[in-house]
Amino acid sequence: MSKNDIILETEGVYKSYRMGAADVKVLKGVNLAVHRGEFLAIVGASGSGKSTLLHILGGLDRPDNGVVRFEDRDLNTFSAGELNRFRNKMVGFVFQFYHLLDELNVLENVSLPAMAGRSVAAWFACRKWAKDRAGELLEQLGMPDRADHKPYQLSGGERQRVAIGRALMNEPRLLLADETTGNLDSATGNDILRLLKQLNQAGQTIVMVTHNERIAESAGRIITLADGKIRRA
Amino acid sequence: MKRRITYFAVLAVGLCVFIVVIVMTVMTGLVRDFKQKNHDFVGDCVVGTESLVGFAYYEDFMKILQKADFIKTVSPVVRGYALVNPRQTEQNIGLEVMGIYPVRHSQATGFGDTLYYHKNDVSRVFEPIEDPNIWGCVVGIDRVLVRDAKGHYAYSLAPANIELTVSCFPLTAKGALAKAGTGLVNIRTFYLNDHSQTGLARVDSSVIYLPFEQAQLLCGMAGPIKRVSSLHIKFKPGVKLWDGCEKVRSMWREFTRRKAGESQAHLFETVAVQNWKDYRRGFIAAMEKEQTIMIVMFAFVGLTTVFIVFVVFYMIISHKSKDIGILKSMGVSNLDIVELFSGFAFSVGLLGSCIGTLAGWLFLLQINRIENWLFENFQFQLWDRTIYAIGDIPNQVSFEVLAVIVFSAVMACLAGALVPSWQAAKLEPVEALRVSLL
Repeated sequence: MSKNDIILETEGVYKSYRMGAADVKVLKGVNLAVHRGEFLAIVGASGSGKSTLLHILGGLDRPDNGVVRFEDRDLNTFSAGELNRFRNKMVGFVFQFYHLLDELNVLENVSLPAMAGRSVAAWFACRKWAKDRAGELLEQLGMPDRADHKPYQLSGGERQRVAIGRALMNEPRLLLADETTGNLDSATGNDILRLLKQLNQAGQTIVMVTHNERIAESAGRIITLADGKIRRA
Repeated sequence: MKRRITYFAVLAVGLCVFIVVIVMTVMTGLVRDFKQKNHDFVGDCVVGTESLVGFAYYEDFMKILQKADFIKTVSPVVRGYALVNPRQTEQNIGLEVMGIYPVRHSQATGFGDTLYYHKNDVSRVFEPIEDPNIWGCVVGIDRVLVRDAKGHYAYSLAPANIELTVSCFPLTAKGALAKAGTGLVNIRTFYLNDHSQTGLARVDSSVIYLPFEQAQLLCGMAGPIKRVSSLHIKFKPGVKLWDGCEKVRSMWREFTRRKAGESQAHLFETVAVQNWKDYRRGFIAAMEKEQTIMIVMFAFVGLTTVFIVFVVFYMIISHKSKDIGILKSMGVSNLDIVELFSGFAFSVGLLGSCIGTLAGWLFLLQINRIENWLFENFQFQLWDRTIYAIGDIPNQVSFEVLAVIVFSAVMACLAGALVPSWQAAKLEPVEALRVSLL
């Protein structure tokens, strides 16, 4: 693959956390490249820094040291507004615990990213489009009849589908999935994996972190994170 | 749980607004009524002296005043003190004498409206039916009738046929007893012909109104150079109080300059030109002070509200930290987060204020009925009507006051929400996603 195919790359990313008096080094110089259209799985044991790396890749956290480039632009140089736009337009997050808003129904949860970053007037202007797009996604995810339900009325698998729908709402260039199946039974987890694969086959770039190597095998490429570094690519 | 906290926040704001609306309406109403009563009692402007000797050449100054295009009428008043003895009793009551021309005084002040029997025929208020040869008088209502617990007086169909002997110590222009060595006092007999209810407790319990010339004689002000205590002035409609008084003050300065050197001109030194607010300052100030204290107390209530709202919002936002993390992971900016919670606080404030205002307004509409019911069933009264000269509890809602209360409540909510929402907005998305970090 050529250099131009790289959508996201990291160079020497370090991250540590303070735990009381101790400084816990989570990432110790991570070098990584994600190619456009690939399905990458990052595997590692609990506490190996997978989620931290994913948060840094998605601009939810900043590295202590090192560079994260998205389409050749260094995230460290992004202003707060640019970083917000990046999170809103360029990446979609799928969390292990779904992180849906309980007060909103399924349709509203899915269409939420379209609302973010827009003024009230702009939101009203694109409301119909957002509703239609969210409806389309729900249909694609096989739950068109669940649009008016609240998250607590759904099963774990359905909630994760809604979370995937929400992540895809703004057609992001990169989908980041954090232990997406970690909270689901194996059958439901497999359904979600199938869905991710379908999305990838349709051209969606996906980075998924998991501790489960069997699940990681669904991805096109697997890398292992151990002791804060990429061990196997 | 989250929704319940929101309801509590709306309820807290509503309750505070409810209390403040009621207290401010009642207090503002009391002060407004009290000021109006003082204004009605005094007229717009007073040229007067506190001295019991009074001042001379008032007729000359009245002529000047009456020529002025901004003055509607001028009423001269004689003031003094008298011992009043109801005939066939041993009682001697010390009262303040006010000698007036009833019609003229009714034009300058609200005197006519304070009468009971002669409200529509003020000119005959000093003309008793029983004996046209004896002058009539008017006594403050609380000296004549007893107010019952509901604040009502037991009026009879006609004025009580009571003869009052009024004794005064006349003073000379130098302030000495005019009849020293001869008998000291001037005595006249009057028929009680009406009572006056100004609504000012002190006035209604201590004033006797007499015909002007009779009062002048009794107080020793009817010599060759006649004297009065004050001139009460009513301005024409549209004349601003301050401007009118300033013009009168200027006219008075000019008048005293011209009269300087004449006999008894030294009496002008104690005369002041005051608007009705300054003239009754000693009485109004106390009431205004009470209102100020109330406002200060309710400012503290307001601060408590801000703190309650702050705590409520802090709790709400603490519970929402995960949601904030989710929103931030989608690219919602810090400002949008603050705006979101400010909008929420604004809605809580507005809704709470509307509920509080509506409840307060409904309560105020019924406040007198509620008080009557409480009195009839539990003998509870907010103000004991046998003591306080208050009729109904004022319940006229002032929209200016209402607007200030609602605005303050909404601002309090915004202030209460601003700190926690800004704190929440400042969190990094990953921090916010770790629930209960706030």
